[in-house]
Order: sequence, then structure tokens, then C-alpha cells
Amino acid sequence: MSYTFTVSPDFSPDHISGWYIFNTWLQRQTCEAIHLEMFNDFDELHAAIHNDQIDLIYANPYDAAMLVREKGFLPVAKAAGESDEAIIAVAESSAVNAVEELKQGVRVAYTDDPDVRLMGMIMLEPADLNSENITPVLAGSYPVVAKHLLKNEADVGIFLAEAFDDLSNLIKNQLKVLVRSQISVIHHALLVGPKFQHQRDAMTELLTAMHHDEKGVAILKSLGFSAWEKVDDEETEFMIDLMDTLAT
Amino acid sequence: MISDMQPDDIVGDFKEVYLQLYNSIKRRILYTDIETPYPDGKLIVSTTDLDGTITHVNKSFVEMSGYTEEELIGAPHCILRHPDMPPAAFKDLWNTVQKGEKWQGFVKNLRKDGGFYWVKATVIPNIRKGSVVGYTSVRRKPSRKKVEECIQLYPTLF
Repeated sequence: MSYTFTVSPDFSPDHISGWYIFNTWLQRQTCEAIHLEMFNDFDELHAAIHNDQIDLIYANPYDAAMLVREKGFLPVAKAAGESDEAIIAVAESSAVNAVEELKQGVRVAYTDDPDVRLMGMIMLEPADLNSENITPVLAGSYPVVAKHLLKNEADVGIFLAEAFDDLSNLIKNQLKVLVRSQISVIHHALLVGPKFQHQRDAMTELLTAMHHDEKGVAILKSLGFSAWEKVDDEETEFMIDLMDTLAT
Repeated sequence: MISDMQPDDIVGDFKEVYLQLYNSIKRRILYTDIETPYPDGKLIVSTTDLDGTITHVNKSFVEMSGYTEEELIGAPHCILRHPDMPPAAFKDLWNTVQKGEKWQGFVKNLRKDGGFYWVKATVIPNIRKGSVVGYTSVRRKPSRKKVEECIQLYPTLF
């Protein structure tokens, strides 16, 4: 039997080869046939989830909520010391220096990354902005969000903090950060679906020991973090509750 | 446990009032006019058990409330109750979450030093295996316009 593994489409393009290497490693360690399927965008991913085509996923917090509560997925591990944070930025040349100065109708550039958009919209609330009184500018990626700001096609942009930090210095120097979230408890997590849960305990053991051997360290490096950390059910439930409180 | 506020903890000129909290508990409140601005980008998070006793707080909660984590864990959540908040707001909160629904509102919270801070609060029941086991409260930065509306409205609700 073959299983399907996928990664939330918001991963950094720099790490795509890392996920393929990780998948090969995972197959060897678990002695299971696992196919890595990468989706181009969240629409494609959500269709696959809806059709129960996914057995393992490195999911963003927004999808994790749905996968755990509605699809019976269970958490295994997360990247140690990492959390998902969002940034609100404008062009360096903008006269705006604080979120509160933004006005209704403002052009807001963001991607289809649902949790980052959620965190970003929360940071725009102090200006009385919500999804009904902004002008959305949908972008295919975070560099495109930056491009919209630099070309004055958007007034403000919502970024995944990690993606913002990965922009070139040339681009970053032309942007001004208004707010960076410090939420700390929202994070991506590796989840296993109902058909793969017989491997949950073994995977937890394998992943949390991965940073102890040289090969594991190299693979982790290619994924962009230093170690996996166990995530228990309650920690995930807590994160989902927290996401629920933000979704209004 | 909840104890009376002590003058030594208060920063600035203060007023004194006794607040009737849940059951028959009365608390001496000492409060000032000093507002602490809500920090950008942060969420204040806490969980309570079914009785409203605090079981978890995050770092932002500790920083904004002025209490230590040790003082907060085990204390009733109404340790933050400011005398300017109409009791009807909290009655509505409890009625809503006890029905298993989400509550949202703007709240003026009391600090240990007698000062205050405004938040936009959301409270949801924590449902585990079909049963409510506690409540999570998440506070975020409110819009100033909404706060000004509450400053006008709340005194009329007593």
C-alpha cells in the first residue's frame, strides 16, 4: 500500500528539495511506500484533503485545525523552536508609520495562505479594518506581495514573517515593517491521517531523534530547521482553540 | 485565591471601591487613571477551568497584568475585573460560553498596580471528547474608536 505525503504550499521554495530528501529518508525508516505530492496552491491542497487523498501532511495551523477536528488527523511533531508569525509592512516611501494611520478602502496585498492572512487581518483591526472594508490585492507569493508594495499597486502587505525575512536585502530595504506578530504558539505541524496512524509512535520516536545523527542533521538543515519536537494532542487542541478565537 | 489590592502595589493616585465578585466574594479594589497601551502584535492568552480559575497564562498576560505567573495560576479570572466594567458584560460572557458558544467584547482590565488596559477579548469553551473542560480567552489590540464607544456606553449599563 502506498501513502500520500504533502507539505502545505506556503513552504519556502528554497526547501522543496529538502522535503523530497526527507520523504526518501522517511520511507527507509518506516519501511512504508510514501509518495510526496506537492500542490501548487491551497485550492488544490484543500480539494485533495476533501477527497481523503492525504495520509501525512506538514500542515499550516489553519489546515491543522480542520484536519484534526474534521478528518481525524493526529499531531506528531513540529519544527523545534519555530512558530508562525506575520508581518504588516508598507513601502519605505509610504507616509504611513503605524497601522492606526491606515484608512478604510486601503489596498492590502496578501497570499492565499489562510493563517497568515488571519493573523495579518487581526493586526489591522486597531485601524478598524476588516475583510469588508479593505481592497484586497491577491498575490501568488510573498515576493509578489513585496512587488505590489514597491510598484504602488498595494498600500500595505501581509507577510509570513519567515518569508519576509527571506526576501533579499535589496527588497527589504525598500519596505517598512509596521508590526511583527509575537504570538509564539501558532505553528506548522506534521500530522498523520487515519490510515497512517499505526506509524504515529514510531514516527515520533524517529523524528525526535533525527537531529542526533549526521545524516538527520543534514536533512533537517535542508528543511530549514534544527530538530523535530514532539507535539501532543492537547497542545494541538490548544492551538486550534486559539485559532478559533481569532477567526472572527 | 483572590486577595484585596494593597496600596503598596499601586502606582500613582488611586481611588478605592469594594467590588462584589462571584458568589459572595467582595474585593477591595484600588485603581488609578493610568492606562497601559496594548502592545502591537501580541496576544494575551489564558485558560481557565469550568469555574473560571486560571490554569494557564502566556507571557503577554503576565506582562500586561503586572502579576507574576505564580500569582495568576489558581486565581479566579475576575482578578482582572475593573470597577468600570458593567457586571452585565460578564453575565453575558458566562451565559454565552456556558451554552458552548464564542463570546466577544471589549473589556477594560485592571492591573495589579491599579492601572488599566483595554482589550478586544474572545472567549471560547474548550471542548474535549464532546465535553467542555474549560475556557480559553484570547485578547488582542482593540480599535481606539471601539474603545471610545465603550467608554461612553459602559457607564449606562450599571
